[in-house]
Amino acid sequence: MTMHKILVFKRFERLWHWSQMALISTLLFTGFAVHGTHSLISFGDAVTVHTWAAIILLVIWAFAIFWLFTTGQWRHYLPTTEHFITVARFYAFGIFKGEHHPYRKTYRRKHNPLQALTYLMVKIAIFPAIWISGIAYLLISFGQGELFEWIGIGPIALIHTIAALAILLFVIAHVYLLTTGHSFIDHVKPMITGYDDVELSDEELAYLKADEPGVIKEGD
Amino acid sequence: MINHYPPASKRRMYCFNYISLSFSILILTLGWVTTTLASSDPKIEMGISEYTKTDERHAIIKPKKESKATTDHTKLKELQGPFFSGPEVTKACLECHNTAGHQFMKNKHWTWDYKHPKTGQHLGKSVLINNFCTNARGNEGMCAQCHAGYNMDSPDFDFTNQENMDCLVCHESTGTYYKTPTSKGNKACSVMFESKPAIDWAAVAKSVEMPTRNNCGKCHFYGGGGDNVKHGDLSSVLFDPPKDVDVHMSEAGEGFSCVTCHVGEGHEWAGSRYEMLVNDETGTGKPGMPRDVASCESCHSASPHPITSVQGIKLNSHTQTVACETCHIPAIARGGVATEVDWDWRTMGKLKDGEGFKLKEYTQGDGHHRATYKSIKGTFTYAEDLEPMYAWFDGTMNYTTIATKFDPSKGPIDINSFSGSHDDPGSRIYPFKRMHTTQPYDKGNNTLPYMHLWGNDDSALWGNYDFGKAIEAGMKKNGIPYSGEWGFIETYSYWPINHMVAPKDDALSCSSCHSHDGRLDHLKGFYMPGRGKNEMLDLIGLLAVLGTLGGVLGHGALRMIATRRRKV
Repeated sequence: MTMHKILVFKRFERLWHWSQMALISTLLFTGFAVHGTHSLISFGDAVTVHTWAAIILLVIWAFAIFWLFTTGQWRHYLPTTEHFITVARFYAFGIFKGEHHPYRKTYRRKHNPLQALTYLMVKIAIFPAIWISGIAYLLISFGQGELFEWIGIGPIALIHTIAALAILLFVIAHVYLLTTGHSFIDHVKPMITGYDDVELSDEELAYLKADEPGVIKEGD
Repeated sequence: MINHYPPASKRRMYCFNYISLSFSILILTLGWVTTTLASSDPKIEMGISEYTKTDERHAIIKPKKESKATTDHTKLKELQGPFFSGPEVTKACLECHNTAGHQFMKNKHWTWDYKHPKTGQHLGKSVLINNFCTNARGNEGMCAQCHAGYNMDSPDFDFTNQENMDCLVCHESTGTYYKTPTSKGNKACSVMFESKPAIDWAAVAKSVEMPTRNNCGKCHFYGGGGDNVKHGDLSSVLFDPPKDVDVHMSEAGEGFSCVTCHVGEGHEWAGSRYEMLVNDETGTGKPGMPRDVASCESCHSASPHPITSVQGIKLNSHTQTVACETCHIPAIARGGVATEVDWDWRTMGKLKDGEGFKLKEYTQGDGHHRATYKSIKGTFTYAEDLEPMYAWFDGTMNYTTIATKFDPSKGPIDINSFSGSHDDPGSRIYPFKRMHTTQPYDKGNNTLPYMHLWGNDDSALWGNYDFGKAIEAGMKKNGIPYSGEWGFIETYSYWPINHMVAPKDDALSCSSCHSHDGRLDHLKGFYMPGRGKNEMLDLIGLLAVLGTLGGVLGHGALRMIATRRRKV
């Protein structure tokens, strides 16, 4: 097992991540304006921006699902018990004792088990909740909501707002956890450059060198 | 412009001041001082005249458009006269228009009678009590000036005699036609109608055409006893409104007359406050299809906003819950003519030197002074550019009639209440003008009474100023039992607002309603974004966010403390 700088976040993934960040921030800001939490933007503008941002994100998300399944990247999000306790124990105790993060990225698992489980929950619970409720809301708004009207726009809006709150909580925790490594920059950098230190077995190294030479950083 | 002060009689008196030329300047000054002293309060106008020049204010003389009619009435030999009365003209009209009489006999303008198809209530001007002058019934001598017939002076009018129909009031186009009270009022009231030039019957008869806003406006703009008193959205401003007051009726806009929208056939046309259609989902029909609804949708359809923007699409779905008028008539009584919002009958009957008077202390936008007190009516409060009241409305009005008993302890009585709810798909959020009045009621029977307002006798309110006598006479005249005891009660009436549609740029913005304390803040029980009204959810949300922030900050702080300890 040796450490190598390899391309863990492909160009699409990085583009997806940052456009998602920008759009989710926009959606949170405009969404809470529509909800009535603040009035830093006029209601009408908030509705317009929120709708367009949602439609763009929806398209990006459709591409992302396609990408995850066609590239096999979805496997990174499978829940696992391996190292789960170790990582949880680190955040609860070890981190205060100056211990190093116990998890090393591998080629097959670029997320630690806690991270993977969180992302999985976001992907299979929170995001579907926000999308389904959001699309229902949009369809009713646009007079095409026969399918959802029996639920009523009130309960749909409630689900949408609760899911939005969950996303806000995720964003807070997500940003905070970036500070738990060597430095904040160290944690953000891979999502910009794509490269991070990953432990590779000899077989993986040999495979990458032979079949995907672009993945290993030059001069490494 | 009507200049009310000083009254003409006084002006003549001061003319003596101008006799001496050599002292003209000095005398003028003296004259001014005398004038000021003589009417120490220029806002007071003596007398109780109710005369309103209904066709002068705001009116302009427009060149007549070329008529497309196939008959030029000026050339008809039947209309050359001479005529000596209205019924003679009507007779001439009916000779050619031989079905008009039968048609108009069913019209509310003639019958003053309406049976509500849903509530079964017997309504119409002939029976209703309102919270302005209260009742036309028994006061026809004055009120029937706005009856489209001749000589209705009591409820016993002959409604089967076609010759009593007044074709001219709706169809003449010279502007010289007028109507006078059909019976004598108290002598203090009667003098106001003297000295009008006699009507040239042949001239008005030859001028007939489709009704213009001058015909409709003479009554409908002056309902309740003065300009815009009653409706709030129907005032003399509409004779020639600027575009920002009314896009449809403005010459710079569409230049519509009333009958452009209030279309009909056979002397029956669209538009009624008794039974309204608030959800015209049919909208625009195919060419040639009958269109008998005076709704916005009948021209604009139920999805009038351009679907090229998110807001446009979103606004189109609003038509399922919000009436067009709600956003597109941002304020009532625009253009400089105020509407009455409060009438207090309790102060009726104050006199100066034994004579009735008016106090004109409200100056409205167009500069005219409006009476804030009239001896014969009490105290008035006015409003302009007034924010409407909004409520769910399904189009059906329910009236407190002469037969309705109410519980006076339950607060103000709704003269007309209406139904409608957020969970009724046929209801829309609708704008209203709400009128508040303190008026007499029969204290023993807990009903509204008929008052005897008009008459040359010793019980008519106008001239005698005695509620007790006026109620007793009014009830007796109509054979309604009266307990003999009266008191004052507060009432509300609600006037759906449909006119004075503003240019689209002046329509309400989203945040007029979708905001904290927005215009629809008081409407509860349904989801509406932007109001921030789900307090439970907001509390849970706030706690969750604060909890998470606290969690990460606590975690971070512990890390910092631990790091420092290790370094020490």
